[in-house]
Amino acid sequence: MTLILEAVVFGILTGGVYALMASGLTLIFGVMRIINVGHGALVILGAYLSFALLRSANIDPFVSLVITMPAMFLIGVVLQVIFIRPLKDDREALSVLVTYAIALGIEGLLGYLFTNNFVQLNAWYETASFAVFGFHIAYVYLFGFGLCLAVLGAIFVLLYRTTFGSAVRATMLNRTAAQLVGVNVDRVSAIAFGIGVSTAAAGGVIFGMTNAFNPGSHYDLISRLLTIIVLGGLGSLRGAVIAAVAMLIIEDVTAVVISPVWASFAFFLLLVIVLVVRPQGLYGIRVRERI
Amino acid sequence: MRKPVSLAVTGIVSLGALSLAACGSSSPSSSGSPQAGTPITIGVSVSLTGDFSGDGKALVQGYDLWAQDENAKGGLLGHHVTMKYVDDASSTTQVVTNYQNLITQDKVALVFGPFSSLLTIPASTVTDRFGYAFPEPAGGGPSVFNRGIHSLFFVQPAPVEDNLVSFTQWVLSLPAAQRPATAAYSTEDDPFTQPQVDKARALLEAGGVRTVSYKVYPAETTDFTPLAQQVISANADVVILGTQEPDAVAFIKAFQQQHYNPKALVETAGPDQGSDFATKVGTANTEGVMVPAGWWSSAKTPFNATFVSEFIAKYGGTPGDIPSDAPEAYSVGEVVDQAAQKAHSIANSALIAALHSGTFQTVQGPMAFDSLGRPNGASFLVQWQNGLTVPVYPPSAAVAQPEYPKPAFSG
Repeated sequence: MTLILEAVVFGILTGGVYALMASGLTLIFGVMRIINVGHGALVILGAYLSFALLRSANIDPFVSLVITMPAMFLIGVVLQVIFIRPLKDDREALSVLVTYAIALGIEGLLGYLFTNNFVQLNAWYETASFAVFGFHIAYVYLFGFGLCLAVLGAIFVLLYRTTFGSAVRATMLNRTAAQLVGVNVDRVSAIAFGIGVSTAAAGGVIFGMTNAFNPGSHYDLISRLLTIIVLGGLGSLRGAVIAAVAMLIIEDVTAVVISPVWASFAFFLLLVIVLVVRPQGLYGIRVRERI
Repeated sequence: MRKPVSLAVTGIVSLGALSLAACGSSSPSSSGSPQAGTPITIGVSVSLTGDFSGDGKALVQGYDLWAQDENAKGGLLGHHVTMKYVDDASSTTQVVTNYQNLITQDKVALVFGPFSSLLTIPASTVTDRFGYAFPEPAGGGPSVFNRGIHSLFFVQPAPVEDNLVSFTQWVLSLPAAQRPATAAYSTEDDPFTQPQVDKARALLEAGGVRTVSYKVYPAETTDFTPLAQQVISANADVVILGTQEPDAVAFIKAFQQQHYNPKALVETAGPDQGSDFATKVGTANTEGVMVPAGWWSSAKTPFNATFVSEFIAKYGGTPGDIPSDAPEAYSVGEVVDQAAQKAHSIANSALIAALHSGTFQTVQGPMAFDSLGRPNGASFLVQWQNGLTVPVYPPSAAVAQPEYPKPAFSG
């Protein structure tokens, strides 16, 4: 029983990290209707930026976010302006190719700068732990979960308590209508992309402290992140959070109760069932397109 | 009426083009020997990107160092050697394309093997079809040898599934009062790791060590917390893990987090990566961790001391920094050199025949191959002690007593 409780607790804590990484992806889809398959590579880029600061200036990975999150925001804005904004027709399909090219470019650059050997972010709280319910929780999971709550909370406040947030939500609901009522959609899109990419930096730090990673680690990561936002409903932040936590709890509990081999299958089974009942995902909006 | 004529012309032109193409891509020479004194190229598909990229780069270091030494003494039977590497991105399909291109397009004289059993299996099917000898440093799982291929030679002291035999022999050699009563196993579903763990489990169970946990996990697993939880909850005396380096590190960190300290811990790979492993888990936490090995930097094998000093001179670092992949790759060149001298030829057919007979001296020690290319030796048990890996079993090779029980992780 302790084993299942432990799996649930770690599922929630690790799920928070995936929620943070997936939130940027779903925000970008919601605002721009593009599928950013380069998001996994941007998470890994964020982890490497913190790794570089740790190695060269001995800056704690969490503290490094003060530098890496703004830097990643700027990178996101630049990427959006140069590569995404010019896509006018067939955005959803073309964006997959363009963002995949971005991912490959980032992977190649990181391989050149850091080699392809696995690295990991180290800090004292990575292995230090405290006892609860008969097992131990490493501080890194607790700090990581706290960071997730803080970043996701900030995004919710930005979206629901500011004028800019209203513009973002208007763009998410109807891009053309938002333009008609005076929303600068291009500007909103660039900033939203930047915010999405900066959340990748935050997610990358925790991912890099709890996993060994190399420039090729984004392939596994993006497949999991895409699955999360499909289950949660494309464009839904709340859906991404619930789907991420559900995914990790189901996988962890299946791994300890049945077998690790069936862990991913159990989650995908849930995904298929949900999509049969609700094709738009848990919190997605069903869009009826005019033919 | 013109249509049949144009069809016929098209057909003739197509046939002609095919004939020309066939003439242009003459089959490579696998049985003939290049003219004396002419330079040759040896082709290798290596994983410079993807999951095996760290190991792939270490293989390149080992191969390059051998080629440098070989050319310094006049070349391979008088042929100056150039190494040609192509990246397979750790992909089982790309590795097949690479060897096909190396043989049919680049017409390399010889081929050496890639990293891992996973890539060696499809690669060896191609090289065998073209009649090439396929000495390889890292594909030693049972599935490599059960296909009846006679041109493949696994250049390590023992088949991979026997890697943990030394560990089991040491465990069962302990006095009854000290001998562990229970064991927990967790392994990646990889042809390199799982056969080792399964064989160790069978041997330990036969010796009376009860299995309290056995789990197989997919190679693409990234979250090792639940896996570590299962091992910890089993509270076994000894823990046997079928790992590569990332999961080897992840398990140790999870054990530290949970303040879990088994009496003995052995991992199939990871702790053999020298200072890279120590950096990732912290040197203090390496103490007492065991790993099977066919090579270590202070081994008293022929030419090993020179290999170590040359490696450090070429690539920097300390003896502890040398990944085991590098001497394994170097040994591939050594056995080919000795086979060529024995056969007085570098023709692939002559090399295959020569490699099937006699014993070859390498930096990993002497080795010989059976009809399927399996080495007939045994691997050793190595343990981290005071920041270095030292052989601790069998006693004939040991330079230190095994630390048992293993000291607690530093936390």
